[in-house]
Amino acid sequence: MVEIKSDLKYTKSHEWIKVDGDSVTMGVSDFAQSELGDITYLELPEPGEAVTRNEPLGVIESVKAASDIYSPVTGEIVEANENVVDAPESVNSSPYDDAWLVKIKLSDPSQLDELMDSAAYEKFVEEEGGH
Amino acid sequence: MAESSELKRTPIAERHVQAGAKMVDFSGWYMPVNYKGIIEEHHTVRNNVGVFDLGHMGQLDVTGPDAEAFLQYVATNDVSKLSRGQAQYAMLLYPNGGVVDDIIVYRRPDDSGFFIVLNAANTQKDIDWFNEQKANRPEFDVNLDHSSDRTGMIAIQGPNAEQVMQKITDVDLSPVENFWSVYANVAGAPCMLGRTGYTGEDGFEVYSPIDKILEIWDALFDAGSDVGIQPIGLGARDTLRLEAKMALYGQELSPEITPLEARLGWAVKFDKGEFIGREALLKQKEEGLTRRLVGFKLVERGGTPRTHYEIQVDGKPVGEVTSGTRSPTLGENIGLGLVDTEYAGVGKPLDIIVRNKPVRAEQVRTPFYKRG
Repeated sequence: MVEIKSDLKYTKSHEWIKVDGDSVTMGVSDFAQSELGDITYLELPEPGEAVTRNEPLGVIESVKAASDIYSPVTGEIVEANENVVDAPESVNSSPYDDAWLVKIKLSDPSQLDELMDSAAYEKFVEEEGGH
Repeated sequence: MAESSELKRTPIAERHVQAGAKMVDFSGWYMPVNYKGIIEEHHTVRNNVGVFDLGHMGQLDVTGPDAEAFLQYVATNDVSKLSRGQAQYAMLLYPNGGVVDDIIVYRRPDDSGFFIVLNAANTQKDIDWFNEQKANRPEFDVNLDHSSDRTGMIAIQGPNAEQVMQKITDVDLSPVENFWSVYANVAGAPCMLGRTGYTGEDGFEVYSPIDKILEIWDALFDAGSDVGIQPIGLGARDTLRLEAKMALYGQELSPEITPLEARLGWAVKFDKGEFIGREALLKQKEEGLTRRLVGFKLVERGGTPRTHYEIQVDGKPVGEVTSGTRSPTLGENIGLGLVDTEYAGVGKPLDIIVRNKPVRAEQVRTPFYKRG
């Protein structure tokens, strides 16, 4: 079964977001990692880089394919997880904890309102996730 | 995913679903891409034993008094060299030297004719093409029997393949050498077993009446449970074949790529006489190749090479990646590509353009992996 954490928000491109004041931590969902399969490579932005909502902020590669990681919000990268770049397989084993990807300082907190809560994401995965 | 109800299913499809496989549309077939994960399945075949459902692949029986002469005319390899039960790799060519398909040709162990295995994506095209050649050359007294719908096919591959296969087979498999085949009863069903595969490991491909293949699949898992036999999906099939530098039609081979460019000249026998594509290949040989297939590995970080990525040297386009992956066995990013001949050579550098950025690669000897 795919794990969906109730205290997180989600995007239609299968990123998760944890809100902490005026910044967020994000990663890819358990559904995303199980669809991608064995993760072999990650490319993440550097601290200080500007990111834009719904635009690629990085790349995730599995044995099968390369995919973009989309920024859920507009803002500035505060921190990128170097550990996950060195051990991409942790995206498979721990997508919500060890394999957080970046922290972003929000430009416009109202963008958070457009993200899905866990109930909406669960429904989305069931309906549009392909199963 | 495509509507699974519209896809063709092998008799084993339900087993894949039960095992939790991720199922995909592969050339119109409902097939497993992976069960547990590509990397784990890859290691299972390299170190132990794995089983592949190959029910999507095509089969053709070629019989009749002129079967051998006909195959000499349509295929690149020298079929006359095959003893009873022996198999060989060959290609079917267009007159311009481009490739229709790559195939395995078996001379049946009882010499009743030839048995040919075709790529799933090409089966109908190949059958039409064989029929066209037969119609063009009515002097060949030959029967073409497209037997895909009656034939079940699975592969069992890995260092423990013989040990497991032997448990459910009524003939001694130890004397069967690489690229030879035998008739045998497998789990009580009459089969042909080839000591062939597409992984670079020892193993067998099993051809059975289609209504027996599910029983054979189940019997293999019973027989191999003590060593930890596992089902293997198409994802690991691709990483395994690439490490072993086996060509994949549509990537290393196509109507636009000749066997000489793909470095498969060893399967082209000019001295056997006329065959379709011979003149074009002789001309290419005489004029010299302008590009050829090379193997490379990335020597810096930057991602994984993928099919159609551009290859550059000093900022100038010199070729294209045909296949690439992160090699589970080597832990390196490896690939094959067609490169302008002047830049081809072991040790020479290439830049693989990954997401608009050059990533440095070095050409290496192939195969990337060879079993010890």
